Amino acid sequence: MSRLLPLVAKAATSRRGGRTLVGPVDLRIDGPGITVLIGPNGAGKTSLLNLLHGTARLSGGRIDWACPIDEARHAQAFVFQRPVMLRRSVVDNIAYPLRIRGVPRREALSRAETAAAQVGLAGMLNRDAPRLSGGEQQKLALARALIIAPDVLFLDEPCASLDGRAMREIEQILIQARASGRRLILSTHDMGQARRLGDDVLFLLRGRLHDSGPAAEFFARPRTSRARAFLQGDIVE
Amino acid sequence: MVDIWNGVSQAFWLMVTLDSALVEISLRSLRVTFTALLIASCIALPLAAFLAVRRFRWRRGIIALLNALMGLPPVVVGLVLYVILSRSGPLGVLGLLFTPTAMIIAQTVIIVPLIASVAHQSIRELWAEYHDLLISMNVTEGQKIRTLLWDSRRALLTAALAGFGRAIGEVGAIMIVGGNIDHATRVLTTAIALETGKGDFGLALALGFVLIGLAVAVNLSIHWLGRTERGDRW
Repeated sequence: MSRLLPLVAKAATSRRGGRTLVGPVDLRIDGPGITVLIGPNGAGKTSLLNLLHGTARLSGGRIDWACPIDEARHAQAFVFQRPVMLRRSVVDNIAYPLRIRGVPRREALSRAETAAAQVGLAGMLNRDAPRLSGGEQQKLALARALIIAPDVLFLDEPCASLDGRAMREIEQILIQARASGRRLILSTHDMGQARRLGDDVLFLLRGRLHDSGPAAEFFARPRTSRARAFLQGDIVE
Repeated sequence: MVDIWNGVSQAFWLMVTLDSALVEISLRSLRVTFTALLIASCIALPLAAFLAVRRFRWRRGIIALLNALMGLPPVVVGLVLYVILSRSGPLGVLGLLFTPTAMIIAQTVIIVPLIASVAHQSIRELWAEYHDLLISMNVTEGQKIRTLLWDSRRALLTAALAGFGRAIGEVGAIMIVGGNIDHATRVLTTAIALETGKGDFGLALALGFVLIGLAVAVNLSIHWLGRTERGDRW
């Protein structure tokens, strides 16, 4: 169903200034669902997301999509831990990805209005985006990412520093996105969220993929002592 | 003190009676400076955005040069243009010396570095903010520059107004390339210089107050049009 997946990484590595940020990593991601990327701080979660998304340089190995790379880059989106707001109104922010794809302004704005309503921003279409609250900004970022109907959506700790209500609303949006056939790859340090959302787990430790597998199995019976320790809340390095 | 008071009252009467000479040179001042501002903005703003987003070998050098050229002495610009535009100069055949066009060229040369430097500062900050998002969205170079210019439009307005301020008050260069010819190239600043030289301080001061008034009025109306001070954060 997806023209993008499977995503296959072989010994993918990202280095900067002689230091290995992440890798070598081998993984294969296919079909709709939510992949949660967990691991201690500094394990390279953000670096891995950037590497897969194509915004960090691949220093070694390869990353292959099922389609040519230019096509792949247009069928994916990225949501940052701290959302970047264009200095425009809410509706113009959400319409922006459509506008850069050449969708006429009127159509882009009407689609953006629908998208805003889906994430609960219907009442603030003409507000200045940089003045929204943290939770509203993240919802806007999600609407903006989802409006291009990406096959793959990367999310880097999307709920960090949000209150419970905003987190619940955002998780609801993510679950809807999964239901409409997308693959979400989400990093989080909130194990509750990882259990709630995860279909598969990637456990990253010191830049390497330490363990991975279906989420239910990983959380019920972690195979390695480090994964077990991490899930118990011990400090793992 | 008496001179200043004379100047104020004379300025008042000149404006109230819409003195034809005053109106003529004021309009010429505005026409020359606005034309120069328009041309300079068309050059400086895209240049500023380009310098903010592109990494190339001479980038730092060009930025440093632009910053240095903000303090370009107008008299020197006028002198160099004079040599270029004079009958025996390389562009002498165009016959531009002592025309308003020559004055427009001079003012453009003077304010391009100023507008580009100030605009570059704010575009660079905006680019730092937008960088990750725009890279992630895979936008083209042209889209990137258009987005940055549009979203920093209020800061760019300020840059343009700084340019306007420098151009409308400039006298050294336009005196040399314009020649202060009555009914042809006389503008407010050159008229002030002339009247001061003649010892007619009252008229000179009157022209000075008109000049300041014009600059303030233009700034206020552009701010009002751009709604810069209406509670918007940017």
